[in-house]
Amino acid sequence: MPRAHIKRKSTAIDMTAMCDMAFLLLTFFILTSKPKTEDLVPVDLPGSSVLIKLPDDVATLTIGQKKVFFGIEGEAIRTQTLESVGQKYNITFTPTEKSTFSKLPSFGVPIANMKQFLDMDPDKRKAFTQPGIPTDSVSNELFNWIIDARRSAKALANKELRISIKGDSKEEYPTLKKVIAILQKQKVNKFSLITSMRAAN
Amino acid sequence: MAELDTSGGGKKGGGKVRSKKASTRVDLTAMVDLAFLLITFFMLTTTLAKPQAMDLTMPDKDEKQPLDQKPVPASRTMTLLLGSKDKLEYFVGEPGKVTPTPTGYGKTGLRKALLDNYKQVKQQSGGKEMIVIIKPSDKSNYRNMVDVLDELKITNIQIYAIGDIAANEIDLLKRDGLY
Repeated sequence: MPRAHIKRKSTAIDMTAMCDMAFLLLTFFILTSKPKTEDLVPVDLPGSSVLIKLPDDVATLTIGQKKVFFGIEGEAIRTQTLESVGQKYNITFTPTEKSTFSKLPSFGVPIANMKQFLDMDPDKRKAFTQPGIPTDSVSNELFNWIIDARRSAKALANKELRISIKGDSKEEYPTLKKVIAILQKQKVNKFSLITSMRAAN
Repeated sequence: MAELDTSGGGKKGGGKVRSKKASTRVDLTAMVDLAFLLITFFMLTTTLAKPQAMDLTMPDKDEKQPLDQKPVPASRTMTLLLGSKDKLEYFVGEPGKVTPTPTGYGKTGLRKALLDNYKQVKQQSGGKEMIVIIKPSDKSNYRNMVDVLDELKITNIQIYAIGDIAANEIDLLKRDGLY
């Protein structure tokens, strides 16, 4: 009687399917990912129970530690905003400075220091503590940034720029009041407050 | 990684020495490793949870020609004064004439107050809506405001506005030690 031979199976597994799947997922993540934007000030978002997601194309006003930072989506809009704000304060920016600016997700430097700030080394710029955009009504800087961003968005993309406020939970109300007053001055009466998800209570 | 020859036995021994046919199977292990590494990287760096956006509409404010503001009946108005220490005070009616009640944010504090007053106002006014005026003081913070707006959304109160706090209302907060 012949002995039944147990055939030795190969230890190599066919990885084709696994590889296919891995690359499919990789492609998906590369295409959908939007790099996390580092906040210039630590912002702890207040929780709320609203479930509406924030649309993508917005300008964000980050408020924290009594400072205001401004960020716009889209490189073309950023460049044009910088140009038109520069014109108002008689500052002309070089193409290099413009391209540096168009890569910044958000910023908070007074326009007088903007040129200097853009000329810094990338490493130094990262380490530099930005003082925030002045919100006083004398220089009207934040007002001009917002209105020019809205105009640029209108001219380039033909859409109304949505303004959203990303405030730190602990931020005291006066700062917020100033920002809301600036928005209302240019008839932005509808804006979004960015909140995080809150557990049901 | 060693790959076993799976191309079958073929002739064994004798005959011409044939050049061995190379296997067409490529070792994919390294490639899969790399792919998963990258997946992990992108998964961790991407913002998966999009933040929520709470829409806030403020009344139109024209500095040149102030619109004639509609007077709101005090009997239907509930005023919320946001003070310090995460506390607030509320009263229904005109300031100074009624004593405000201090309370906290959340389910048992503000939400209950809103619901109770809403019911009461609706009953007394014959089915008319209650108007809520939020007056954040300088000592309140952003979270307080968002909390109030959230509670209004939860209790489904439609008519509300954010106003500036008056001096006599600050006095009310001060008296209760919330300013």
